[in-house]
Amino acid sequence: MQKPVKRGSGMGISWYNPRVRSIVYQAGVLAAVIAVVWFFTATAQENLERLNISTGFGFLDTTAGFGIIQTLIPYTEQSSYGRAFLVGLLNTLSVAVIGIVLSTMLGFVVGVARLSPNWLLSKIAAAYVEVMRNIPLLLQLFFWYFAVLRPLPGPAESIEALPGVFLSNRGLILPDPVLDAGAGLFFGALAAAVVAGFVLVRWARARQRATGQLFPALRVAATLIVVLPLLAWAIGGTPFHLEYATRGDFDFSGGVRLLPEFVALVLGLTLYTAAFIGEIVRAGIQSVDRGQGEAAAALGLKDSTTLRLVVVPQALRLIVPPLTSQILNLTKNSSLAVAIAYPDLVAVFAGTVLNQTGQAIEVIAITMAVYLTLSLATSLAMNWYNARIALRER
Amino acid sequence: MRRGFLQCGVSQGLAGFSSPDERGRWSGIDVDYCRAIAAAIFGDGEKVRFRPLSAKDRFTALQSGEVDILSRNTTWTMSRDTQLGFDFAGVIYYDGQAFMVRKSSGITKAEQLAGATICTQTGTTTELNLADYFRGRGLDYRVLSFEKNDEAISAYDQGRCDGYTTDASGLYAERLKMQRPEDNIVLPEIISKEPLGPVIRQGDPQWADIARWTLSALLNAEELGITSENIEEMRESENPLVRRLLGAEGSYGASVGLGPDWVIDIVRAVGNYGEIFERNVGVDTPLGIERGLNALWTDGGVMYAPPIR
Repeated sequence: MQKPVKRGSGMGISWYNPRVRSIVYQAGVLAAVIAVVWFFTATAQENLERLNISTGFGFLDTTAGFGIIQTLIPYTEQSSYGRAFLVGLLNTLSVAVIGIVLSTMLGFVVGVARLSPNWLLSKIAAAYVEVMRNIPLLLQLFFWYFAVLRPLPGPAESIEALPGVFLSNRGLILPDPVLDAGAGLFFGALAAAVVAGFVLVRWARARQRATGQLFPALRVAATLIVVLPLLAWAIGGTPFHLEYATRGDFDFSGGVRLLPEFVALVLGLTLYTAAFIGEIVRAGIQSVDRGQGEAAAALGLKDSTTLRLVVVPQALRLIVPPLTSQILNLTKNSSLAVAIAYPDLVAVFAGTVLNQTGQAIEVIAITMAVYLTLSLATSLAMNWYNARIALRER
Repeated sequence: MRRGFLQCGVSQGLAGFSSPDERGRWSGIDVDYCRAIAAAIFGDGEKVRFRPLSAKDRFTALQSGEVDILSRNTTWTMSRDTQLGFDFAGVIYYDGQAFMVRKSSGITKAEQLAGATICTQTGTTTELNLADYFRGRGLDYRVLSFEKNDEAISAYDQGRCDGYTTDASGLYAERLKMQRPEDNIVLPEIISKEPLGPVIRQGDPQWADIARWTLSALLNAEELGITSENIEEMRESENPLVRRLLGAEGSYGASVGLGPDWVIDIVRAVGNYGEIFERNVGVDTPLGIERGLNALWTDGGVMYAPPIR
């Protein structure tokens, strides 16, 4: 601990007052930053004027005129560049969210497996980690894209895995679920079951704390979530029917389509990031004192319960901060999509739109702002979670 | 040009326009044009460095001054000319967009491509023309845009797409790279006008003049029958048109800041326009492209250069 310094009292405005010094230094740095930013802005402005390049964000309302292969919101060639931006953003977000969920789950499995007393399991996990994190992601993406793409047959000879499920080099085509009359009741029941299960688990936990009595809350909640919607299905009729894709001249039309580009990107990002997350999880678990596990064993807890209730909660404190940066990395790495023709934000907006409009500064500024916002929002959420799980002394 | 060489932006490898051979020497129409400018300025066609650029990066590279001139099968469009702060020096090759499909698909007309997946390169006019073509006919299509042409080609070649589209000249060039070139055909429809030309930054009128008049000199040399073979005899010519072009009369070189022998240096380095065409894409090359629109106006084409006088 530092010796407490009496701040601002008795020394007045003097260079020897550390507070005054720090304010002067910080003001100096701030002024320098502003000067640099101002210099670059002014230079850019001057260059743009000299080169007769039009500036401003008006181009966002102009008709885009190009097609995009995957759009989660309605988009046609008549849509604006602004709409194309949204399409790219949603494509990036969908890859990032799916990748984050999958890689976190896989990472935990790999991290735990690497510490497993089972020799084979731990060696497989170790080999996985070493291979995945030592090969550049871009190469892995090319590998998955061409490994997923190449061996698959063309649409004419597509593999029909299940009725209405087709696999070809045009992607995985699934039947499209179309909602029927009973949908409201079905989804209402599902939501009610989820809420009820959540409440039940909380109640059981509170009761256990108060009385020490155990209640199989998780099992009951799971049963609820299965049974209630099934009941609704039986009463309200089928909630949806499947609309099968039909074979067109070239490949299938209708149905839900998972593009090979999308699959390759999710696969590459997930497997790559999971290796890093696995190492973080391993480090976190190893940081928990051995005595904690031994104490839990002495209490007669099962291995799985020890892991869930004793080791992981303590490990999480170490896992979450570096996990945050892996999640950020995954989101940012998704911009490599451009290499395998997946229409993400960078490919659509910082690629095609930038090239068609020539508004380099505006487009790049918007793209950077988007990634900055995504990263800051992720950090904020993870920091909040980190604060919540932090060790509290009672 | 203080650094003593020309920095020329070219494509990353398009046979006939700009592609490096196995020893790394670049050749093609776009490359020869840059050599012509270097010859005009420095008297030496080798004083040029080639910078391969993707379609997506080419304009930024020119805007930022990374290259002095973009000689990269770039279509002259109004928006590029007016909004991007560029000038086009003229048209070096009249092209048009077409489609390539596999012979086995049985397609003979572009309209049969309704519902097809088409591979192309991102950030090109091709991408826009493709959308216009299908939209204008109310036809459905899917487009898969790659950043690099080679990736688009290999995706098409592996069957990821039913068709591949770019300028017709590019299709003939890319077909040579396929696993089995003879299994692919170029559909007859030309769906767009693609006047390809060299691009420079706005704001340097003298540089624009050099770029424009180098192109005109190549065409005028062909029109007057001046070739790299007969250039020495032509210096003695009595024809006033030839004398003006070769600097024996007037001071046309000096008027754009070049030496009097500028056209002689150009023709010595790369020949006239017709020689460049035949050497790189003509009927005796693997591409085997006819002069067609790119013949001189006197031979039924549309190549017409303003006179040097």
